Amino acid sequence: MDAEREQPTEQSTGPQTVPSAGLSRRAVIGWAGAGVAIGAAGVGTVAAATMDDKGAPAPAAPGAAEIPFYGDHQSGIATPVQDRLHFAAFDVSTTDRDALVKMLKDWTKAAAAMTGGREVGTGAATGLPEAPPDDTGEALGLPASRLSLTIGFGPSLFETSTPDGQLVDRFGLKAKRPDALIDLPKFPHDNLDPTRSGGDICIQACADDPQVAVHAIRNLARIAMGTASIRWSQLGFGKTSSTTPDAQTPRNLMGFKDGTHNIAGTDTAALADHVWAAPGDGPEWMTGGSYLVARRIRMHIETWDRTSLKEQEDVFGRNKGEGAPYGKAKERDAPDLKAMPAGSHVRLAHPDSNNGLMILRRGFSFTDGTDGLGRLDAGLFFLAYQRDTRKAFVPLQNRLAASDKLNEYIQHVGSAHFACPAGVRKPGEWWGQALFG
Amino acid sequence: MSARRSTAASLLTLAVAAVVLTGCSQKKDDTASADAIQVNASDSACELSKTSFPAGHVSLEVHNKGSKATEVYVYAPGDKIVTERENIGPGTKAAIAAEIKAGDYEVACKPGMTGDGIRQKITVTGEGAPAKGDPRLDAAVASYRKYAQEQADATIPVVQQFADAIKAGDTVKAKSLFAASRVGWERTEPVAESFGDIDPKTDTREDGLEAGQEWTGWHKLEKSLWADNTIGDNEKKLADQLVTDLKDWQTRVGTADITATSMANGAKELLDEVATGKVTGEEDRYSHTDLSDFAANVEGAEYAYELLKPVAAEKDAELSKSLDTEFADLKTLLAKYKQGEAYVSYDTVGEADRKTFSDAVNALAEPLSKLAAAVVVK
Repeated sequence: MDAEREQPTEQSTGPQTVPSAGLSRRAVIGWAGAGVAIGAAGVGTVAAATMDDKGAPAPAAPGAAEIPFYGDHQSGIATPVQDRLHFAAFDVSTTDRDALVKMLKDWTKAAAAMTGGREVGTGAATGLPEAPPDDTGEALGLPASRLSLTIGFGPSLFETSTPDGQLVDRFGLKAKRPDALIDLPKFPHDNLDPTRSGGDICIQACADDPQVAVHAIRNLARIAMGTASIRWSQLGFGKTSSTTPDAQTPRNLMGFKDGTHNIAGTDTAALADHVWAAPGDGPEWMTGGSYLVARRIRMHIETWDRTSLKEQEDVFGRNKGEGAPYGKAKERDAPDLKAMPAGSHVRLAHPDSNNGLMILRRGFSFTDGTDGLGRLDAGLFFLAYQRDTRKAFVPLQNRLAASDKLNEYIQHVGSAHFACPAGVRKPGEWWGQALFG
Repeated sequence: MSARRSTAASLLTLAVAAVVLTGCSQKKDDTASADAIQVNASDSACELSKTSFPAGHVSLEVHNKGSKATEVYVYAPGDKIVTERENIGPGTKAAIAAEIKAGDYEVACKPGMTGDGIRQKITVTGEGAPAKGDPRLDAAVASYRKYAQEQADATIPVVQQFADAIKAGDTVKAKSLFAASRVGWERTEPVAESFGDIDPKTDTREDGLEAGQEWTGWHKLEKSLWADNTIGDNEKKLADQLVTDLKDWQTRVGTADITATSMANGAKELLDEVATGKVTGEEDRYSHTDLSDFAANVEGAEYAYELLKPVAAEKDAELSKSLDTEFADLKTLLAKYKQGEAYVSYDTVGEADRKTFSDAVNALAEPLSKLAAAVVVK
């Protein structure tokens, strides 16, 4: 992508003009009115939402819900969970730090455009007729669809080991590796596929329209060619937890509501305590960021489906119909943990069983068709954000792996860990600037 | 070779398009449908609303009124595909667009998508916009034309030896010559493929066969040599036919429509061939000599690029620099797999290494896709 072409020297500032830094997908549909529909998010960054990525006032977005790209925290973490996911882990192939920085800058521009419902670069159908379009075009005419793009940096970006065991500081970042960005320990029952684990950089794309999420990853992967390539990726549908407390908790593929007691995206106190890295927690570049654990959890669907209802409910500690904890009537009634079977999932995972420990979950169901034995290759793509993985996911997963009744029906088959920095605060800043700058 | 039709068609489309596009960035003609030529295709007819029209942007609106799926081709003399559209279902319409310069052409409707089709002669008149040729690009085209001819000339003796070995029943020798016999073709594949009638005879894979098409050419012999382990009368006959068909290519290669645009896009298409067919091991699935084809594709692409480089480096220095780097990286990677004059068997190349190849091909092909616009338009 030609960076120069994307940044016109002149910008139009008229109130009814298309944002200057990129073509508007919405413009294709036409300006249907002035009704403002900032995404349901609006988490304190409404001002940023009305700026395009050159800082010029942007026109109101008719019915096209946008998640603000700019802000103190990255979107896609506390943001109300969208319906669809395309998650990709990249391996950086270049050894040239400048090339990596250029990719991150190009990515940031493309991400700001796409989350704003605009086209990448010179667009999908408006560039030179002789050249392939900068934007791949499958999102043309679609609204922003609450697309959020969240970046994270994996341990291997800071340090990798050569075949003979030597540790290499690849980009001079070793000293900036947060202590909390650990190499995750091996948990009991893990059966990790290395080709679905790890990665130097991750991008989490969430949107209400799968086409929009896929388009985002596809365009970023294309920009990355020659610098980084996708190591593995995962499509997700059907969010399995909610960050909006009033919404009904969606069901996982086992048919259960799981993740009822999640951190609300509006609960700033809980977010500060459990999700955002605070000054002094680690390196300064991570302040305002969060640590992401991604786990591909395969469900043994067929055996689960022939398990009695009672056993299924015993495994979770909730009833299946309403999702109420044992002994209670409603899903959100405070659970009486002692009323639940000792190894039930909810009892073990509940903060009250873990010294108040909480993580913010954003998991999605997945199915990748069937395996060679005709079994559904399906399960939960677990995404959890926390302030310090060592104090959150690790003790929790150790506890679950040791005694969760659910283990009979699930297996962790992929695993990755990323440090997601604070947000890009304004146009001109870029993903990773505090780390590389 | 899977992309035979589309690459051949796009090369030629671009070749003729270059005439009008050179020197300026023209917008697409959006009034096309009003001036579109109606093509009524049925099971027994191929009727055009006009058979003579001016050069430039031409639109065909095909209406399949027959009972079978059809396909429609526009052929330049020698059955060179200018443009085509497959799989037009019964009762459906499809639009075909192309830039066509003056000359005599044929439109073929192929009900059932087989055979030569029902032909209709058309005449395209006028000059089109004259090319404002950059003399350096003209020189590049001339050099590339010479290269294409040299590659064809050099191929014939090797193919002859390959065929002779088969006829002598010397499978060991035939196997040793298989990959080498393809190098010249693979280096100039977009040009070679532009002869729509030669490519299906020489370079079709078994899965690419159309109903009723006899399987001939390299890959049939490859299967006989490696998978079936049989050399019979039919193979001997096919070996002779391969020589004959490739001599036809050698004779006609000089007439290929080559422009700076088609060179640049041809280079990209060579990498696309690698990305879709070779990096997966599909191309030479019996002999596993994919890396030889792979290397030849890269060499051919690089040759085209080197000829265009003086202009590319001037008009888009950054692009040129990145192409230099990516070509070098890919060649370095390939060199690791070299074994004497040949390459290691591709079935010994593991998944992780194939991924590395795939990444390197993407890293090169992505900037290479911008070469045509950089050279011709900027």
